[in-house]
Amino acid sequence: MDLTAFAAEVGTDDPVTIAGLGTRDGAVAGVRCVSAPSGIEWIQADEMTVSCGAGTPVDELSAALAEVGQRTVLPAGGTVGGALAVGRSGIRRLGDGAVRDVLLQTHYVGADGVVVKAGGPTVKNVSGFDVCRLLVGSQGTIGFLGDVILRTRPIAPHSAWFTAATDDPMAVFAAVHRPVAVLWDGISVHVLLEGHHLDVAEQATRTGLVASDGPPTLPGGRHAVRPADVLAVTSGLRPGAFVAELGMGIVRADADAIPPTPVDPGVAAISRRVKEGFDPTGRLNPGRTA
Amino acid sequence: MTAASATPATPTHRVSGALTAADGPVAAALRSALSDDRVRTTATELGLYRRDASNIEGSAGVVCFPTSTDEVRAAVRIAVDHGMPFVARGSGTGLAGGATPLGGALVITLTKMNRILSVDPVNRLAWVEPGVLNLDLTRAVAAHGLHFAPDPSSQQSCSIGGNLANNSGGPHCLADGVTSAHVLAAEVVMPDGDVVVLGSEGGEPDGYDLRGAFVGSEGMCGIATRICVRLTQNPPDVRTMLFDFDTVDEGAQTVSAIIAAGMVPAALEMMDQLCVQAVEAYIHAGLPTDAAALLLVEVAGPVHGVADELERIVAIAREHRCRSVRVAQDEAERALIWKGRKTAFGAVARIKPNYYLHDTVVPRRALPDVLRQVYEIAERHGILVMNVFHAGDGNLHPLLVFDKREPGVLERVHAAGEEIVRVSVAAGGVLSGEHGIGLEKRDLMPLMFAPADLAAQAALRAAFDTTGLANPTKVLPSPASCGDSHEVPEGAWI
Repeated sequence: MDLTAFAAEVGTDDPVTIAGLGTRDGAVAGVRCVSAPSGIEWIQADEMTVSCGAGTPVDELSAALAEVGQRTVLPAGGTVGGALAVGRSGIRRLGDGAVRDVLLQTHYVGADGVVVKAGGPTVKNVSGFDVCRLLVGSQGTIGFLGDVILRTRPIAPHSAWFTAATDDPMAVFAAVHRPVAVLWDGISVHVLLEGHHLDVAEQATRTGLVASDGPPTLPGGRHAVRPADVLAVTSGLRPGAFVAELGMGIVRADADAIPPTPVDPGVAAISRRVKEGFDPTGRLNPGRTA
Repeated sequence: MTAASATPATPTHRVSGALTAADGPVAAALRSALSDDRVRTTATELGLYRRDASNIEGSAGVVCFPTSTDEVRAAVRIAVDHGMPFVARGSGTGLAGGATPLGGALVITLTKMNRILSVDPVNRLAWVEPGVLNLDLTRAVAAHGLHFAPDPSSQQSCSIGGNLANNSGGPHCLADGVTSAHVLAAEVVMPDGDVVVLGSEGGEPDGYDLRGAFVGSEGMCGIATRICVRLTQNPPDVRTMLFDFDTVDEGAQTVSAIIAAGMVPAALEMMDQLCVQAVEAYIHAGLPTDAAALLLVEVAGPVHGVADELERIVAIAREHRCRSVRVAQDEAERALIWKGRKTAFGAVARIKPNYYLHDTVVPRRALPDVLRQVYEIAERHGILVMNVFHAGDGNLHPLLVFDKREPGVLERVHAAGEEIVRVSVAAGGVLSGEHGIGLEKRDLMPLMFAPADLAAQAALRAAFDTTGLANPTKVLPSPASCGDSHEVPEGAWI
C-alpha cells in the first residue's frame, strides 16, 4: 500500500492526532487530525494472513474474511488501526489469544514523518526486535499505523453459548476443554464452546450447561487483575453488576468499581524512554498515554 | 535442536581477543557478591563458555553462576560499574550466537536458577526460574493435565529463559503460537540494575506491551529472573499420521490445502528423501525411504473433532496423490514417529560428520519453489542438503551436511547458506522463524529492514538498555554496515 500521502499528511513538526471511526476514544480534541488509508489489499486463506489499510473497518474486514471461512481476533466495531492501537482483546481471548499477537507486520508513520516497517509477513518470525508488540496498545503515541498484515484463524464449524447457575464457577472452568470464553457474573457462568458439534454438545451435557442466547451484557469499565484474585475482587461487587473473564483476570464493572493497579516506577521509566525514543517532541497523540 | 552425535564444525577464528579479566577486579567483586565456587576464571572453564550451539566463537572474561535475583542484579551492577559487557546464558543450545560472549564479556549463567516456583493449576499458569528446562516444566505439570506449549526440538535441554530470549518455536506452535503467546510476565533485572516485572499474570495490563517487546530480545534488554508462563490443557485425543509423496510439491500442496480447508492441525512437519533415509537408518521405524517427501500430521482435541479432521486430512492427502497413509495405532507408534522427527539432526551423523542448520520462513505457497532453489543452490556448491521442517508455518530448516576436513568446504557451506537466506527473503519470507538473529544473521538484517526500520528497533533496545552493555553488538548491524555490503564477523557463517 502506498503510504506516501499518509506520511505527508502526518508531517514532521506540529502536534497531530489520528482517528478511525471514533469508536474507541478517537481523536485528541483540538489537535490536527489525520486518518489512515482504508481497504483490503489481499486475503491469503492458505497462509492465514490478510493485508489491509489500518483505516479499514473491522466489520468490513470480518465480512470479507468470513467468505473464506476465516476471521481475526480483533473485537468488532471501529477500525483495524483503532482496535490495534487500543490493544484490548474481546471476551474470546481465552480461546483465541490476544489482540497483541495478531499483528504480523505493519508500515507505520513515525514522529519524523518517515514510513517504518515493523515485523514480517509470515506467521512465524523472530527477525529482530519486536516493534509490533510495542505498537499494539500504544494508543497512537509512538507511531500511526498505515497498513497491516494480520494473522487469521478459521471460523469453527460450530459455536454455541451455554449457561448454568452456580456459585462455583471455577469448577465449570476446570471441567471444559479449551473453551473460547468462560464468564462469571456472580450468579451464572456463561461459556462459549466451539468445535465439532458433537464435542460441544457432549461437553455441555457433562458439565451441566444449558444452551443460552449469548453472553451477558458487559458493563462499561474494564479492570485487569490477577486471575487468581478474580473471585476475591468480585466478592465485594453486587452479583449481576460485573462480568469476569475467568482465567484471564479481566473484570468488567463500573469504571470506579475496582481501584486501579498502581504502575511500577521501573515500568513507568521504561515506558517514558520508549515514548522519548520514538516521539522525542511528543507530537503524536499529545496528552494520551498507553 | 539436539545435536546428538553430529557436531557443528568449529571454526578456527575468534571474534575478538579477550580482555584479561581473569581474577581482576570484576572477578574479585563477583566472588564477594556470589561465592568463590560460583565465579570461574580458569582458561579451561572460560573455554567452555566461549560459544553457544552455533558455530560462532567468542571469548568469555569471567563466568558466574547466580542463584537468585539479587545475585543476578549484583553481577549486572558489577559488570556495568566496570564497563564490561555481560551476556545471559541458559543451556547454551541457541543456534545464532546470541549467547556467544564477545570481547571477554561476563557470562551470567542461569542454569542454577532452575526451580519451578509455583504452579496454579486452576488458572493454568506457573512461575519458573529461567534455568528450568522446557521439558521439565511440562513433566512437572503433567499430573494436572497441563503442558507448556512451545516445544523446540531441543526441549530436553533448552531452558525457558532461553526460550523467552529467542521467542522459540517448535512443531506444536502451528496451532498454539510461539513462546511470546505463552509468557504472561517476567521479572527482569534491567541493565541499570533495576528489577521490574513486565506484563502481568492476567496478560493484558494497560500501558506499552513491554513484556511483548522483551520476549525475543536475545539478552539485549535485561535478564529475566522469574518467568510467568501460561500452561495449556492436554488434548483428550491425539492422532498422528504419516503420508508419503512422489514429489515435494505434492506434499507441500497437501499442507496448503489442509489449511485452506479451515483446519489448523496441532503439527504439520515435513522431511525430504535424504532426511527420511538418514532417520530410517538411525531409528528403523519402517519409513518409506523411496519417497520424495514425508508429511507428519498431528490432530489433537476432543474426540469427534479429531476423528472428523483425520478423515478430511486423509482425503486431502489422497487428492494430492499420497502413496500411502500410516496412522499411528497406539502411543508407542506415535512416539516412534515423533522420535524420527525430533532426532533428524542426530541422524545426519550417519552421512557426514558436520552440519550447519538453517532457519528461514517462507509463505507456505512458496515452499515448493524455494525448496527447488535450495536443492539447486546446494548442488551448485557441491554440498549435501537435507530438509526437515515445520511445513505448516513455512519454517524451513535446510541442513547442510559436510565433512569439514574437505578443503574449501567451509567457504562453500557459507556461500550456500547465505544464498538460501536470500532466496527465502526474496520469496516473501523472513530471516528467522525461531532461532533468532544473534550474530549469525545480524549483517543480513538489511535484507529485510531499511535503515529507518532498524533505527526503530534500536530505539526499542535503547529504552530498555541505557548502558549499552547487555549483550552488545548482537541482532542489529552497526550503522556502517547497513548498506549493501554485509560484514560478517569472523567465524560466523552467515
